[in-house]
Formats: sequence, structure tokens, C-alpha cells
Amino acid sequence: MTSQREKAVTYAILGVFSLLALLPVVGIIFTALQEPGGAAGFGRFDGFHLSNFQRAWEQGNFGDYLRSSGIVVVAVVGVSSVLSIMAGYAFGLMRFRGSEVLFYVFLLGLMIPTEAIIVPLYYDLRDLSLTNTYWALILPQIGTSVAFGTFWMRAFFRSVPSSLVEAARIDGASSWLTLWRVLLPLARPAVLTMCVLLFMWTWNEFLLALVMVTDESLRTAPLGLSFFQGRNSSDLTLLAAGAVIVATPVVVLYVFLQRHFIRGMVSGAVKG
Amino acid sequence: MAPRLATVADRSPGEPRRIGYLYLLPAFLLFGAFVLFPLGHSLWLSLFAWDGVTAGRWVGLDNYGDVLSDGELRSSFVHALILIVFYAVLPVLIGLLLAGAAARVQVRGFTFFRVVLFLPQVVAMVVVAVMWRMIYDPNDGPLNEALRAVGLGGLTKSWLGDFDVALPAVGLVGTWVWYGLAMVLLTAGVQKIPKSLYDAARVDGAGPLHEFFAVTLPALRGEIAVALTLTTVAALRNFDLIYNTTKGGPGDATSVPAFQVYDRAFLTGEVGSASAIGVTLVAIIFVITFCINRFADRGAAR
Repeated sequence: MTSQREKAVTYAILGVFSLLALLPVVGIIFTALQEPGGAAGFGRFDGFHLSNFQRAWEQGNFGDYLRSSGIVVVAVVGVSSVLSIMAGYAFGLMRFRGSEVLFYVFLLGLMIPTEAIIVPLYYDLRDLSLTNTYWALILPQIGTSVAFGTFWMRAFFRSVPSSLVEAARIDGASSWLTLWRVLLPLARPAVLTMCVLLFMWTWNEFLLALVMVTDESLRTAPLGLSFFQGRNSSDLTLLAAGAVIVATPVVVLYVFLQRHFIRGMVSGAVKG
Repeated sequence: MAPRLATVADRSPGEPRRIGYLYLLPAFLLFGAFVLFPLGHSLWLSLFAWDGVTAGRWVGLDNYGDVLSDGELRSSFVHALILIVFYAVLPVLIGLLLAGAAARVQVRGFTFFRVVLFLPQVVAMVVVAVMWRMIYDPNDGPLNEALRAVGLGGLTKSWLGDFDVALPAVGLVGTWVWYGLAMVLLTAGVQKIPKSLYDAARVDGAGPLHEFFAVTLPALRGEIAVALTLTTVAALRNFDLIYNTTKGGPGDATSVPAFQVYDRAFLTGEVGSASAIGVTLVAIIFVITFCINRFADRGAAR
């Protein structure tokens, strides 16, 4: 094979599969933009009619769903990242008895999917009268998020030159100040990547919300969309608009911070 | 990571520090309370026949026996295995196709392609389900319309409603979600292989196929392992897509273990059985992750 031909084949494959990845997404956006009540067809483009979004927002309560999702995401990502930074710091830069074993326990947690613990979680939280509250959505997701976050931040702290920590200590800085004043500024890219991934996973979470929440006002965006689909499967353009609303926050963030998303995901990041 | 281990002792200053425990404590408490404890509780529940309301009855390992003997359950695990082909094997093959072609090419504009290829990954699974239900729609879905347009009207189907086609149809949605990740991972890997290796192979008279098997494939072991682990786990825990496209139907043609967990625990009142399925899933994920990584490590040591 000549180099020219290799090049052509490479770009042909890239082009075809990029197009395939893009088409359904563009299709649903075009569908959402169609005129309501017209002859709807998936993926047909007939101008920019925003009234479907308005209808979905009003009839579908998407405003409420987005608010619920927002509350859960802010709480989960905020708390998980602070706790993960602290735990990652301990694992990455401190020596203490049992640290290896404890770390492996966290690693194990990365491989436990929500699907496997959802049953006891439901009964445990019900006994605590926490089902059908935001707590039931927030606490378990912090639990799974810190497993990933700790793993991620430990990798960062291990790459910090020891001379830096040593210098801070000689200057008399406590371990607490060293972490937040000296190391955190350096950790910013790693922290951002972690936050972006946690945001995406938490926003898109479905099973936990399905099981834990019965109140409509507590439904998160993906759960709301699932119920909306059940009620409006015949109204194509309305359903498409709802789907676009639910996907938009993560996709917009992705467009701006794609480097962080991709860096995190190709490193093999998983969350239980 | 291996070479770094040697320097750990030099880098950790001072004696063991008890304060480390304090830094760990909050994360560990939440992790323990909402992941480890439920997992233990799940093991316990799996030993009972319990409907979630009345007192449970001790049945020992019977619920695990059911995984093999109960036809409905066994077929859900078989479906999961078939889905692994669509979620993991197909995407990695597509990724290898690109990696093989791109081995000696400086790919310009890869950043752009990367962004597009990764897009399906960031869209919520529920949205993906809504999207593909529309595409597969038997009446006016674009897939059937396209088939009619090219004169293949005989092939049109109710893709998600047909007993024989529903599972592959759902599987292909998984392929669509995951192939971008495999392509990006493997192509990034192949670009790191020194070009001199290919030149050497060529001097030895290797054809493109031989070059692929002798140079590209062995060098990509690590990336293949990562891609296979991620996608296989995704195939096994697949709940959102099934629930929002077919709910396991038609019949139980697309029922998977994760769906059985939900169905049994919250709809039909077989909590013990649901727990046993969950524990079995974790065990399978552990074993598969371990095997894939063993395979990658062995290759690296060679």
C-alpha cells in the first residue's frame, strides 16, 4: 500500500464513522425544530421552529426536571470532589499503615455497578425514610463518585515532585495548608477533568432516580424524559424537543471542555 | 505505573503519618455506607426468598442455582453475552480497522474527528434510546424509509418489536455509542508506535496484513485491554437502554440481567433473586476485568 492510499483509506474511515456518529444527533435536533402539527418525520429539516421547546417546557415540566438535576449534580460533584481531593492526597503523598489495602478497596468500588447494589440501597434508604428525597439521589452517588475521584486524584498527587511538599513543610506549612494552598493550584487541570466526568455521570444517571423517586417534582431530567416518552410517543417533534433539552447541558459543556472529557474517558475512567 | 513504584520510598517524606486516616475518613465513610455496605447487604439478601414485604425465608444458595436453571434468567445472561459482541467486540474491530490504516499516516485534524466520534458517549442513555426508537420506528422511521427508497422494502421490519431482530437492533445502538471510544483510543495508541518499526518490517518484506499482525496489534495490547474492559462492563450493566427501548420485550427477547434485577426486585417481588443476580453480575465483572488485564500485562512483559 502506498502512503497516499493509506491516507485516503484513513480519512475515508474517519469520515464515514464520524458521519454515522453525528447523523442521529443532528436528526433529533432537526426533528425538534420542525413545525408542530406538520407532517413530522425524523431528521427532516424544515426551518427553525422553537415552539416545540416551549411546548415541552410547559407541558412536560422540563423546568422542574432540570432544577432537580441541577440540585443533585451540584451537591454530588461539589462534595465528591472535595472528599476525593483529600483522600487522593492521603493515598498519593502520605505513608500510613494499611494504605495499600484501603486503596484496593476503593479500586474494587470502581467495578461495582449501581445495578448490583440498587436493591439493598432501596430497602436501606426506605428504612431511613430517605426514599423520595434528594438525599436518596445524592448520597449513593457521592459514594460511587468518591471511589473514582480518589483513584483519579491519587494518580495526580503521585506525580507531584516530593521536593515541593518537602519545601512547604520546611516553611512550616501544615499538611492542610500544603494541600489547599500549594498543591491545589497545580491540581487544577486534574480536578477539572474529574469534575467534568462526575458532572456527566451524575447528570445522565437513570436507574437510581427511577427506583428512589416517585414524586414528580423530584424527577431528574433523564427520568422525566423517560416518563415523557411514555405519555407522548406519538408526538414526534415534542418528544424530540424534550430529548434535546435533557441532552443539552452535558453536550454544551462537552463542546467547551472536550479535551477534559476525552482525556478522562480514554484513561479508562469508570464509575460504579 | 510500574517504574514509578520504585521511587515511592524516596518520595514519601518522613515517617508514617496517622493524619492520613483523617483525610481518608469522610470519603471512606460515604463509600462504605453507600457502596460497600449495600454490597454486603445484597449478599445477605441473596440467600433469602423475600417478597419485600412479609418475612423472608432462608433458601441458601438456591437463588444462585436459579441463575443456571431458571430459563428466563439463563437467557438474560445469554443475551448479555450476545450484547458483549455488539458493545465490545464490534467497536474494537472498527477501532482496529482505523488503527491499521492510520499506522503510517500522520492524521491531521484528529482533534476534530475525536470530538465528533466521542459525541455519542456524552449523550444521556435515555436520550439515545428516544433517538433510536424514532430511527427504528416501523412505520415512518428513517431506517425503513431508506430501505424502501433503495428498493429493499422487503427488508423493512419492526426492528425493536421482532423476536429475532430486537436484540441485535439494541446491540447496534450499543455499537453506535462505543465505537468512537475504541477508535480514538486505538488510533492515539497507533500514532505512538515508532515509525522505524514499520520501516523495519517493510525492509523484511512484510505486507500490510503481516505488518498489522506483527507490529500494530501487539503494540496496541494495552489500549485494546482498556477499550474491552470499558465496553464489556457497559454491556453487562446495560439497563437504561433496555428499559427505555424495549423493556426487555418482545416477550423476553431483549431481557438482560440488569433488567431482571429491576423487574424482580421492584415489580414481581423476588428481592432475593434480584440480589443474587446483582452479586453474580459483580462477580462476572471482576473476573472479566481481571482476565482482560492479565492478558494485557502478559503481553507487556514479553
